[in-house]
Amino acid sequence: MPFNKFVLPIEEVLQEHRPRVGGKGLSLARLHSGGLKVPKAICITADAYLSFIDSTGLDKKILLEVHRKQLEEARWEEMWDTALRIRNLFLRTKLPADLLGLLRKEIRAHFHGNPVAVRSSALGEDSAQVSFAGIHESYVNISGADAVLKHIKLVWASLWSDAAILYRKELNLDLEKSAMAVVVQEFVPGECSGVFFGKNPMDGTQAVIEAVYGLNQGLVDGTVEPDRWILRRADGKVLSHNPALHTEMIRSKRGGVRLAKIDGKKARAAPLSRNRIQAVFGLGKKAEDFFGHPQDVEWTFRNRTLYILQSRPITTDRTGQKKDQKSWYLSLRRSFENLQELRSRIEDHTIPGMMEASEAMAAQDLSGMTDKELSVEIRRRKKAYAQWVDVYWRDFIPFAHGFRLFGQVYNDKIHPEDPYEFVELLRPKSMHSLERNGIMEKMAALISRDKDLEKRVRAGRLEDVHHPEFQRLRRSFMEEYANLKIFDEGDSAPFERLRGFLLELAGASLSERKKKVRAVHKQPDPHRFFAQFKKEDEDYARGLLDLARFSYRLRDDDNIYLGKIERQMNRAVLEGRNRLKPRFPSRYAKFPDEQIIKCLQDPEFRPVIKSSKQEREAKPGWRARQLKGQPAGKGLASGAARVISDESHLFEFKKGEILVCDAVDPNMTFVVPLAGAIVERRGGMLIHGAIIAREYGIPCVTGIADATRIIETGDSVTVDGFLGLVIIEHGGK
Amino acid sequence: MTQEIKKIVRNTLKAQNLGVLATLENETPYETLVAFVSSEDLKHIVFSTAVYTRKYANLKNHPQVSFLVDTRSNTEKDFHECIAITALGEAKEAGREEQKKILGPYLKKHPYLEGFVKSPSCRLFRIRVRKYIVVSEFQKVLEFAV
Repeated sequence: MPFNKFVLPIEEVLQEHRPRVGGKGLSLARLHSGGLKVPKAICITADAYLSFIDSTGLDKKILLEVHRKQLEEARWEEMWDTALRIRNLFLRTKLPADLLGLLRKEIRAHFHGNPVAVRSSALGEDSAQVSFAGIHESYVNISGADAVLKHIKLVWASLWSDAAILYRKELNLDLEKSAMAVVVQEFVPGECSGVFFGKNPMDGTQAVIEAVYGLNQGLVDGTVEPDRWILRRADGKVLSHNPALHTEMIRSKRGGVRLAKIDGKKARAAPLSRNRIQAVFGLGKKAEDFFGHPQDVEWTFRNRTLYILQSRPITTDRTGQKKDQKSWYLSLRRSFENLQELRSRIEDHTIPGMMEASEAMAAQDLSGMTDKELSVEIRRRKKAYAQWVDVYWRDFIPFAHGFRLFGQVYNDKIHPEDPYEFVELLRPKSMHSLERNGIMEKMAALISRDKDLEKRVRAGRLEDVHHPEFQRLRRSFMEEYANLKIFDEGDSAPFERLRGFLLELAGASLSERKKKVRAVHKQPDPHRFFAQFKKEDEDYARGLLDLARFSYRLRDDDNIYLGKIERQMNRAVLEGRNRLKPRFPSRYAKFPDEQIIKCLQDPEFRPVIKSSKQEREAKPGWRARQLKGQPAGKGLASGAARVISDESHLFEFKKGEILVCDAVDPNMTFVVPLAGAIVERRGGMLIHGAIIAREYGIPCVTGIADATRIIETGDSVTVDGFLGLVIIEHGGK
Repeated sequence: MTQEIKKIVRNTLKAQNLGVLATLENETPYETLVAFVSSEDLKHIVFSTAVYTRKYANLKNHPQVSFLVDTRSNTEKDFHECIAITALGEAKEAGREEQKKILGPYLKKHPYLEGFVKSPSCRLFRIRVRKYIVVSEFQKVLEFAV
């Protein structure tokens, strides 16, 4: 007989309901029936979820989204994009009237407008759910039936969160059949909360208690550092206590939670007394006896009553996740507070540190060094560069989550039709790459206005052209661009090649281009966003937007800081390479860096370069006519493809061509003012290329696998930036 | 008899989501699968396409189309149970006013295509059907004009 009950109070949940109420729902029901103090709760069964997505057609929309690209080939940024779009679909899809009426009635009847927690209760195996705890969403302190219903939809949407898509195999996420149950639980505004871990993974004879003041959201997401007690499993004897600083706690506020300062007596005292430690230990042991395995228990104290909020069996360790790429990705999802701390570190330490390092290297006189000294210096710089790359991954990449977090909050408040509408609010007044391009466009404008100047540019070297304004721009251009690898070949060739490019740019209709950039550069009014917040939360909204803007701008600029250090490393390598020219006139240009170091250290050393047989890609018998990627910049454009497989190809770029590349990096952005559109192998809606394309108002499609191999320079290409399509006519028109 | 066939055609067109659209590229037929909806009076079939597709270019050059909808299950039963309906007619890109009228029924049948259809690079087409050719029971062929 089909099960079609949409709501079950936990008192009525039986073991056989597990496939309908999920692991969390069932475990709460069992704890309740075992006499433990569990807050009052109801389960919104998976049938409600299924009914919602079926009756609204959302099921098919989700399938279209998750099948947009083979998930095996998708980068995590593309998975985030997929999750964002699905989340927005849930937010924008109304509950059918009958389901809405029923759920509203049940919520009112059970909670009478009192605040609740809305928690995910996935249907997978216990072990999987424990291992991947935190992948689905939960919300606390939600009041009023309509707010609860909105959060139920958000919990449903988290079945398709970026993390869930990432761990889809481990979670047995079935793209066709998966469903989600939800537990709506009376909210307990605890004075002190925490977790009990029945068995320490480091030592099986021990148990662990972690506790914080206020609610345990701060502990779970890492915002608040907990006190930690190690206990003997056998009798609960405290073996050690690691106190925290007690500076902050998570408290409830209207419609959610907030981070609050702790001061006075609390700041000095541990959140749990000796008696309360024993009470938590007793509760954890009781849950363990009840389920027959050591448990991972979330608890809270309120007015001397100890509540059990949830209990899960322990598998291997707290998170169960191996330290692999996936768990690294999960660590990118940070809270607002955490991101603010990260911002301070980046602004106060990381960027100044990078600048200092590159300036110190620039000040060194490499030509005055002996060969041995130079070899040591090259090695030192390579090591320093590698360390800064690590810092880049540690600080800059996670910080990009700043504008993602903003996007999620924006969509939760506004429910826009376009889930990327929020990007409009992030547009900075200035971006490094746009400033650089601005100088170049001014040089081109001078040329296009002054026929005599054009003649002189065509005739000679750029630095010999007599024109004070042009020379002023040329110098500031060189200062800006000298930081880029492409202009770092140690000779003036790249700058000379730029001559042709400048003439091409001068020929393009500059007035039209400028108008376009200005038109798209109007920053929309953020007040619509701020107006969604209550008065007391406006500071948070402003702070979040400010953080997101900084994060967005840094996404463009961060490579430049790293590029400065890379340039100094390359300068030393180039000095070494040039010194080898007399010894190896025909081969010195091909030596790998390590061989250069060895040659400098040992005058007798003769490098052997393995002749690498060029791997030639066999041309397939079939040809792609239309490719599907992500619509990362709106618009339509057709033109000849210019495939950039080598940076030197950039100088051949002609007006209106379609830039096809693996990934747009800061070395390439100078051609964007000429490009008709951008096609990029690397996927994502918010990657560098997409950001620049939007600034110039040109279409952009990202995530085209093998773009530079499938498309050839000269192919006639149409880029549909609305639908994320690239249509190719091989061989051109 | 005609009413009965019409009923079969109507039910089949309602039940099926995808049909095969045949257009003409120079002198060569070219087929694509498209999501469609048909009007209650069977006079019109509506489908959508992106503007830079081959079929869009073909339709602009040769509006004459043939459109196949069938009930295949890829089993032996197809030889006696399958119904194949071919509609012959002329396809025309819907103007702005017309789009407003036909978008609703189209999205009602294919709600998941909302993002696609509302994209500025997508167009709705309406086939004015002149004739239906209905094949059933392997070789039984009936025709009727609308």
